[in-house]
Amino acid sequence: MTAALVEEGALVPVAAVPGTRRGRRRGRGPADGPPRWQIYLPLGLYLLFTLVPFYWMLLFAVRPDGSTSLVPWPATGAHFDKVWNDRSFGTFFQNSMLVGVATLILTTVVALSGGYALARFRFKGRTAFLIALLCSQFVPGALMLVPLFQIFRHLQLINSLWSVVISETVFQLPLSVILLSGFIRGIPEALEEAAWVDGCTRLRAFFAVVLPMLRPGLVAVGSFAFVHSWNHFLFALMFLSEQDKQTIPVGLNTLIGADSVDLGALAAGGVIAAVPVVIVFAFIQKWLITGFSAGAVKG
Amino acid sequence: MAIAVAKHPVENRRRRTRRLPYLLIAPAALLMLAFIAYPMISVLYYSLQDYNVTKPWRNGFAGMSNFTRIFTDDPQFWHSLNFSVRWVVVEIALQLLIGLALALLVNQTFVGRGLSRALVFSPWAVSGVLTTTIWMLLYNPSTGMTRYLADAGIGSYGHSLLSDPHTVFWAAVLAELWRGVPFFAILLLADLQSIPGDLYEAASVDGAGRLRQLFHITLPHLKDAIVLSTLLRAVWEFNNVDLLYTLTGGGPAGQTTTLPLYVANTGLDGHDFGYASALTTVAFVILLFFSVLYLRLSKFGGDRA
Repeated sequence: MTAALVEEGALVPVAAVPGTRRGRRRGRGPADGPPRWQIYLPLGLYLLFTLVPFYWMLLFAVRPDGSTSLVPWPATGAHFDKVWNDRSFGTFFQNSMLVGVATLILTTVVALSGGYALARFRFKGRTAFLIALLCSQFVPGALMLVPLFQIFRHLQLINSLWSVVISETVFQLPLSVILLSGFIRGIPEALEEAAWVDGCTRLRAFFAVVLPMLRPGLVAVGSFAFVHSWNHFLFALMFLSEQDKQTIPVGLNTLIGADSVDLGALAAGGVIAAVPVVIVFAFIQKWLITGFSAGAVKG
Repeated sequence: MAIAVAKHPVENRRRRTRRLPYLLIAPAALLMLAFIAYPMISVLYYSLQDYNVTKPWRNGFAGMSNFTRIFTDDPQFWHSLNFSVRWVVVEIALQLLIGLALALLVNQTFVGRGLSRALVFSPWAVSGVLTTTIWMLLYNPSTGMTRYLADAGIGSYGHSLLSDPHTVFWAAVLAELWRGVPFFAILLLADLQSIPGDLYEAASVDGAGRLRQLFHITLPHLKDAIVLSTLLRAVWEFNNVDLLYTLTGGGPAGQTTTLPLYVANTGLDGHDFGYASALTTVAFVILLFFSVLYLRLSKFGGDRA
């Protein structure tokens, strides 16, 4: 059944979205829409539910200690100063960035190569590889902690950021491969063949023809890998015990678990954790609904 | 090489391509073998062992005793499994319903649609720990939302939703809902946009109202997307521990301990790797069984097969 699912490309069409623009214009739903208030009222309520928590965090981050004001004015930078310098969020931020960027590069390159093979070749073991990719979705990272810990201890990578980069990449790979192969399949093979006839090697044709057309897919996969590794917490918590190696989520968890929680510092830490993903999200959110949705499957 | 290429460009490449795909999938395959397949095999191996770093004198082959202990002599296993199931069912049902409503809503044409989509989807990018951070600030009994609600006459002062056994479940559900709904909304919206508008026009001409259009055009079209997204999300919700680990720590009194959380505690705090591995194996089998069952029952991809 799984094989059929893969072969029919049930997972893939969401990823391969040729003619997105046309699809968007066609798909506006019922021609006679509901009255305006039936849109704006529920939407407004849901926006409230979405945005008030963000606002609450911002409020606590800039509000001086002891204030009960519900507007973020007068604002103070004291909490940020405290978490960034005293609570080492400066270091955590740097570590998280390193992990995020390394995961992004590693995931994208490895998935690109695997995805190209899946999209352009029929070979023995192709279906087995696809099934392995899908099945790995059911392997819980949290339950793999103990054996992974033992492996990294063997490789002497405990307390090295590489342990986190490798784990994040591995769990990010399956979906990235499927997603990119969908995108590559959307690019006509004839374009590549034309380049070969002109004397390009396969590699040069790939860089000259496929890669430029693949930009939306690369952005999707890359930013998805970044956001995931930026957010992920367990691997960093378990594999990095030295304070100066830890990442932002681990730092937040330390603040949360403190005996008397410093709410101002916690909120400021939260804002620092949110800023990079918010920027990435703003950048990719238009792709999210079209090409990215297959990636979002992972959560 | 260059000369050969000049002779029969396309033909030549075809011939050389026999080994190429294996080279291309090698990095991904090797990484997955080393860091997914090998750990899984070692979990299977340890599940049949007594392996406890703090009690090395007892280490050795254990046969099925770890599994017997799980099913006959471990109330905490049943308790955490029960909680996991309740957590997943409630979360998925609510996330799907609200996510679907939201997707239908932002699929309409209206002023400010682009911005509302961006805002409504934004918690999707937020991590479990950050969600905990935000909702701890909201739930804080002395300065959180509850205090301001108490000011307004709703609820009582000093009440902590997260340490009260009656409210902790729904408090955690609400926090996870906040972060989880956008996933469904995004995915279903993507699928909604692939429904040809002519279908609705034809239905309108035939006099079908909006409700009938929803049940006869929209939902049948979304079926596969709904099945797939609920399944993947359910597996994800079952496995994910970030939020509950940081928000409640499994408490109060083990009340919100999910199965993966229990496994992590057994293996990492209790150092009982053998037993934790057996629990992992059981959790994995349960997941796989229900996933296959769900795909069968829902006749996923039925139209195509």
